[in-house]
Amino acid sequence: MTPQLSWYLALSAVLFTIGVVGVMIKRNVISMFMCIELMLNAVNLTFVAFSSFRSDVSGQLFVFIVMTVAAAEAAVGLGIIIAIFRNRESLDVDDSSVLKL
Amino acid sequence: MLVVLFILFAGMAIGCAISMVAQRNPLYSAISLIGVFISLACLYVTLSAPFIAAVQVIVYAGAIMVLVVFVIMLLNVDQAERQPRRLRSLVPIAVGLAAILFAEAAFIIFFVNASPLTPTHNVSNVGLTTSIGTGLFTSYLLPFEITSILLLMAIVGAMSLARRGGLLPASARDRDGEKSQ
Repeated sequence: MTPQLSWYLALSAVLFTIGVVGVMIKRNVISMFMCIELMLNAVNLTFVAFSSFRSDVSGQLFVFIVMTVAAAEAAVGLGIIIAIFRNRESLDVDDSSVLKL
Repeated sequence: MLVVLFILFAGMAIGCAISMVAQRNPLYSAISLIGVFISLACLYVTLSAPFIAAVQVIVYAGAIMVLVVFVIMLLNVDQAERQPRRLRSLVPIAVGLAAILFAEAAFIIFFVNASPLTPTHNVSNVGLTTSIGTGLFTSYLLPFEITSILLLMAIVGAMSLARRGGLLPASARDRDGEKSQ
């Protein structure tokens, strides 16, 4: 017995769900950012599983590009977080609920 | 054998993910997230995708998480005091939506399994670096180039966002000030 495709899809769905729950219940900007990274990884797992089970390399190329986007997102997102902290002295999203300072 | 590995690493991934959400300290969350990334890399190896596994460890667990930990330590947020939880009324809604998503996962497990694809772990050379490089530089060349432009934009954006003087250079800000006065 080998792992079925649906096992990987279910694991991916569970990880994505945990990421969504984290974004909804966390109030720290950095924690929410890490939950978004978790969701990106759950989608990557889906891509790799389909790519492996269908013997098609396209899925892994998508994962490669998603990782690049995640790296760019990390750089820009952390820059935004630093800017927020510099302006508000807080990382709580409830403290930055308005765009105006 | 693969089943044992799957259960082991899937359990590790879910456990680390739950721990990440449950931790109060962002630094512990980051370390749990690194655990998730490592176990996902192991799952990629069992899916015969060694290149993606290596990139996962290097880029995610290496570069991105080092950046995150660096920012956490730079901003020193562990002194954030416990505030009373606002938006408490939204907690049942969040739990309900999570239950819906878990129900979808259960649906996938029990009903979509009717036509299982056969895994091709032995014959495929799909995950090898050669095939990925060939695909990336032939049929997916345009997305590759667009990705490089995206990285360039991210570099410029991150520099201008995190710079101490703000988004605009000082001369432009002075001009804005004169206009508003």
